[in-house]
Amino acid sequence: MEPVLEAEGLVKRFGDREALRGVSLSVAPGELVGVIGPNGAGKTTLLSILAGSQRPDEGEVSRSPGEVGWVPQQAALYGKLTVEENLRLFARLEKCPDVGAAVDGMLEQTQLGDRRHSPVAELSGGNRQRVNIAIGLLPDPPVLLLDEPSTALDPRQRERLWEFILALSKGGTAVIYSTHNVAEAERYASQLAVLADGERLFSGSPAELEQTVGTSDLDFEEAFVRFLHDQGH
Amino acid sequence: MRWLFLKDLTILRRSPLLVALLVIYPIVISVLIGFALSAGPDKPKVAFVNEVPASENIINLGGEEVDVSKYADQIFESIDPVRVSSREEALKKVEDGEVLGALIIPADITDKLDSGLGSAQVEVIYNAEDPLKRDLVRNTIKSQVQDANAALTKRFTELAIRDLNTVLQGGTINFPIRGDVDILGLQKSREVLEQARDELPEDSPARPEIERVIQFAGLADFGLDLFPPEKVLAAVGEPIQPKLTEVEGGRTPLDAFAVAIAVTVSLMFVTLLLAAGTLAAEREENAFLRLVRGLVSKTGLLVEKIGLAAFCSLVVTLLMMCGLALFVGLDFGRAGFWVIALAAGALAFGAMGVAIGALTREVRAASLLAFMISLPIAFLAIVPSGAVSPALYDVIRVVSALFPFKPTLAALDAAINDAGSLTTPLLHLAALVAAFSLAARLALRRFV
Ligand SMILES: Nc1ncnc2c1ncn2[C@@H]1O[C@H](COP(=O)(O)OP(=O)(O)O)[C@@H](O)[C@H]1O
Ligand SMILES: [Mg+2]
Repeated sequence: MEPVLEAEGLVKRFGDREALRGVSLSVAPGELVGVIGPNGAGKTTLLSILAGSQRPDEGEVSRSPGEVGWVPQQAALYGKLTVEENLRLFARLEKCPDVGAAVDGMLEQTQLGDRRHSPVAELSGGNRQRVNIAIGLLPDPPVLLLDEPSTALDPRQRERLWEFILALSKGGTAVIYSTHNVAEAERYASQLAVLADGERLFSGSPAELEQTVGTSDLDFEEAFVRFLHDQGH
Repeated sequence: MRWLFLKDLTILRRSPLLVALLVIYPIVISVLIGFALSAGPDKPKVAFVNEVPASENIINLGGEEVDVSKYADQIFESIDPVRVSSREEALKKVEDGEVLGALIIPADITDKLDSGLGSAQVEVIYNAEDPLKRDLVRNTIKSQVQDANAALTKRFTELAIRDLNTVLQGGTINFPIRGDVDILGLQKSREVLEQARDELPEDSPARPEIERVIQFAGLADFGLDLFPPEKVLAAVGEPIQPKLTEVEGGRTPLDAFAVAIAVTVSLMFVTLLLAAGTLAAEREENAFLRLVRGLVSKTGLLVEKIGLAAFCSLVVTLLMMCGLALFVGLDFGRAGFWVIALAAGALAFGAMGVAIGALTREVRAASLLAFMISLPIAFLAIVPSGAVSPALYDVIRVVSALFPFKPTLAALDAAINDAGSLTTPLLHLAALVAAFSLAARLALRRFV
């Protein structure tokens, strides 16, 4: 199948520090890609380059920012505006053809209809994250980027989030998400991108990662830690 | 950009406390500054030329020696004199801003005073560069000349009354050329006339005539009651008259200038804080990350923030102007110029504000920096040129030119009072808009 998003040899430097050292990625339609790695590995940097929010020092991304939905790690919302006003503002900035329909569609999809008139600052963390995601979905992108979407959520909210993401994926939207929760990546990824110190150490499915480590008696998290250890991290 | 603009207006509307502070604070500050300015500094520097040769400082008033320089000293009680030797030198010092004004005592002043005919003139030259300074000098010198006048007048009056007394009772009066002249006096002349009458035959035709002259001489009995000092005082009038000469144009009355200062201060605070604050808030809310990935260009974001801040502050300051106009009596016919001047100033402060916001990247730091920069700039811009040394004043002029306060004040002064050119400050402001926008755009590179 034709990839929906490709990135080739991405390098990003912050002064002397290399946050990404030649990372490549290819994503098929409807695919769920888990970007995992310890804190500071370069996950956020990778996703924001794919989103077009930052520019790589080297390398290319196949899609322009307008064709990619992006949900940054911290909610990028206006606290003083209501849920609906936030959605409407971004729908207009994204130049959605029918702003009202796009906003209503998102309110329904994220089940936030009853909170539409609440200022975002008064929402719970889970609801705020849903608005954050809804804004990323407004342009109805073929690819959605989610930076640690579940980190601030409690287990029940997390469950609902994944239901939502799986439904998107079934509908044909490719979803690339980052997480440092290894179990989550095992459950919800068809492709893993393991990052450490700005390098992509592995690409393949979670099952393939376990095979690479080669000890079938270890659970996935142990296998992952051993993998990083074997790679010198 | 339009939607961002409306978004920011909505957010402002939902922050009533912030908006109230934003409007009330500058108004309080500007009123305080207005008060502080109207007090004025003490002992301004004034160049002083005395063209009267030292030997001629003494004038002769009816035989009484009066030292004119003693009265000149009175003028110096509340000014700091810088003695120079010629009118040209004094004029140059005023033009260079080394002194606030000059006082010139012409060589003929003693002759004029001596003759007692008409007033003697002293010349006052002052720099009309700004009305605060002009009023300070004019008022100071005027009141000092008045004091000197009062003292001289009192002296003149005393001498005049003494001479009148002599006319009544007899004695000597000193005249300028003829020197001491013996005066018989009315009292004595009556006695002489009474003797003459008694020696005349009863039916002499001259008798009634002499009788009438005797009656007239009888006035002497009333003595000085005939010449109340107030009447004499009024007759002597103003011995010294100041002749006022302005260097450089400018006719702004102080209260209209105070309005320009107050409104400019408010414009500065509201615009700087709004522009710096809303730009920094964009980053704090994180939403900036979304905006700059193609939704709004970084330049577009700056334009929106400058526009927002300029629009809001323009509304606030125009309302303020209209309010003040009721008290000060501004010419509403010039309101079109007010809008132009305020809009240009608002854009320049807006550009400076986004530069502050882009540099600090945090709402608190941005507001603090905006505050810290504002007041010194405002004060520097209104330091009168003679109040500090010329070298320091040059530095102040350069620093003031780098910020929008001084050109905005000049533009607003021109707009309100038709004082000076409006084009020059507008061009200056346009240059500042370009420079600060560029600085902000560069700072935005490391904004994320
Ligand atoms: N704006 C920035 N300036 C300097 N260094 C940065 C910046 N953003 C990220 N980094 C550095 O790049 C590395 C990768 O960061 P990040 O992509 O946020 O990691 P992760 O999301 O995996 O925790 C880290 O070492 C981080 O300190
Ligand atoms: Mg991260």
